[in-house]
Amino acid sequence: MTNKTLSDLHPNQECKIHSIYGGRNVNKRLYELGLNKGAKVKVLKNDVGPIILSLSGNKLALGRGLADKISVV
Amino acid sequence: MDIIALVGNPNSGKTTLFNALTGANQHVGNWPGVTVEKKEGKLKFNDSFYNIVDLPGTYSLGAYSEDEIVARDFIIKGNPHVVINVVDATNIERNLYLTTQLLEMGTKVVIALNMMDEAKQKKIEINLDSLSNQLGVPIVATVASKRKGIDELIEKAVATINEDPPVNSISYGEELDKEIAEIKKLLLGSRDEKFKDWISIKVLEGDEEVIKHIQENNGLKERLIAIKDKAVDYELEIVNKRYEFVNKVIEKSIKKPDETLVTITDKIDKIVTNKYLGIPIFAIIMYVIFQLTFVIGEDLLGGIVEGWIESLGIMMSSFLYAINSPDLVTSFVIEGIVGGVGAVIVFIPLIMTLYFFLGILEDTGYMARAAYVMDGVMRALGLHGKTFISMIVGFGCNVPGVMATRTLENKKDRMIALLINPFMSCGARIPIYLVFIAAFFESKGGIVLFSLYALGILVALIMGKIFSKTLFKGESSHFIMELPPYRLPSMRNVLRNMWDKVWDFLKRAGTIIFAVVTLLWILSIFPLGVEPYSQESILGRIGTFIAPIFKPAGFGTWQASVSLFAGIAAKEAVVAVLGMVYAGGGEGAALVSAVQDVFTPLTAVSFLIMTLLYTPCAATIATVKQETKSYKWAAFITIYPFIIGWVLSIIVYQVGTLLGF
Repeated sequence: MTNKTLSDLHPNQECKIHSIYGGRNVNKRLYELGLNKGAKVKVLKNDVGPIILSLSGNKLALGRGLADKISVV
Repeated sequence: MDIIALVGNPNSGKTTLFNALTGANQHVGNWPGVTVEKKEGKLKFNDSFYNIVDLPGTYSLGAYSEDEIVARDFIIKGNPHVVINVVDATNIERNLYLTTQLLEMGTKVVIALNMMDEAKQKKIEINLDSLSNQLGVPIVATVASKRKGIDELIEKAVATINEDPPVNSISYGEELDKEIAEIKKLLLGSRDEKFKDWISIKVLEGDEEVIKHIQENNGLKERLIAIKDKAVDYELEIVNKRYEFVNKVIEKSIKKPDETLVTITDKIDKIVTNKYLGIPIFAIIMYVIFQLTFVIGEDLLGGIVEGWIESLGIMMSSFLYAINSPDLVTSFVIEGIVGGVGAVIVFIPLIMTLYFFLGILEDTGYMARAAYVMDGVMRALGLHGKTFISMIVGFGCNVPGVMATRTLENKKDRMIALLINPFMSCGARIPIYLVFIAAFFESKGGIVLFSLYALGILVALIMGKIFSKTLFKGESSHFIMELPPYRLPSMRNVLRNMWDKVWDFLKRAGTIIFAVVTLLWILSIFPLGVEPYSQESILGRIGTFIAPIFKPAGFGTWQASVSLFAGIAAKEAVVAVLGMVYAGGGEGAALVSAVQDVFTPLTAVSFLIMTLLYTPCAATIATVKQETKSYKWAAFITIYPFIIGWVLSIIVYQVGTLLGF
């Protein structure tokens, strides 16, 4: 696991998903939504509440607890 | 009649397409998961009729949520002759992920590549022929909101019924392909042979429902035990391979600009999801909607309908008088029907207006943001952010509100959302508020209405917090939600949604409320010889019997009691009964002035709080029973809101009296 997670990123920062440690069901759901290893995402909002990401042009809101479990590079 | 099923991601425009195909009354939402039920409509094409089934919007066809299970069960067991797969052209990658699963199922598919206008705006170039060849599926470009491509889509879908199903050309890698072949062999000759391809993939994907289904196949069971250690890897590998396939297809057929432009959606979201502004903006929007509802629905249009009902009453009574009808019949028609049902009908303009505005809010995509901004508050209370969506749906009616909790995957989250939903003030309760507002708070209508809704939310949240600390401990599941781009609301969708609600309301007025009113009328004239609607009637005696319970809350009259009693059948009945017992069948102004005589502003508030919070209607209780499959929870939802409403109205009345109101 790299040290950086999604919740560490600032708005407009781009990154690649490294791994997701959310538990079996959640992992699968995220994979199915296209948030897979190597997927390029851009953080749009990260202050309070869920984090908003842009994933190939679509907006996805992820809870903070979950964002903590997604490591990025 | 051949069946055409509609499958697609949430927000892909699936329901809009369904409306365009069938013209049936449909509810369109712009947030993930609003289509919980199966919806059907008819399509006529070349003198043949087709049954169109709108399946819940899903991202996948696994067993992740009930929506997914409903959708895929229909494809497997409902035997649709062809499936129209609605694909959002602006989000083709993720949408095609669902398509891969249709290919796996071996069902006949036509793709409606929807929102082509938006794709063009975003400068996404799509080679339809290449896409269609690689997927092995016919594709029609559509813009459902502008009815473009619909005719061609119908033609293609109908033609596909007589063709062979597409061949699944996804490779899952050497190891998995071998496993799949193994399992397929085991399924030969079994009742599942027809779906052996799909079942073998699902089994390797660790799909619990499917595995349960094949339990009695011993060979398969052994095979599963043999590969148990690899189950998780296989599961994710299958997802990967599907995406790999999608990416390969896309690479050859689609060109997207590298730079994503800052869209209007981004600009609006900067403001409405802002950490300081988000919640105030949401509150202001709701407040403005209630104010507008009042001005338009009540002041401008309300009086017109009231006038109609009044003249209808006068016409009917002079007609009945002219034909010398017996007193009993006259009393039934005038006091029972015109008075009871009429008192409910009067509120149609208001309900129309409210749902018009809520529909616009939904259709634009704002509701997903409302759930987003509320997530913080909900989290703090131990609730899931999506709970708020079922709460907003509950504003319309608690029945779909309770059903909307299906989108919560975690049992804890779902049970809490379900149990607090009845505190959301549904449309049927509006008439009660309006009568009392007209009687006591004329100048502050919007504020009173807004406060009642807010109180409902507040009580729901507090109860949610209590439940999460007591009955349902444990972690809430993670918040994952798509924020769809803002779209101009389609007037067709908004009006249809509004008409659905009004029609529902009318149907209820004509059936259940009519039945309740008739029953109450019968109770009110027996034992024969008593003054109808008097305390001596059976109705009066029931009310008198209950009344002492409500004495400490300030409305311990038999009339108020019996109206609350009737309200459990349907909330509209509260006003219907008040109309019957207080105004002798009068509605509107007559009822308002009668209410002014027997209530005070304080008892009115206390009564309103009771009607807001007490036992939900029979239909909601039945839905809770159905959704939880438990009589225990049905009993719970019947009793605990009553206690909460009762205690709160007593507190308000007692404190209010002490303060000298």
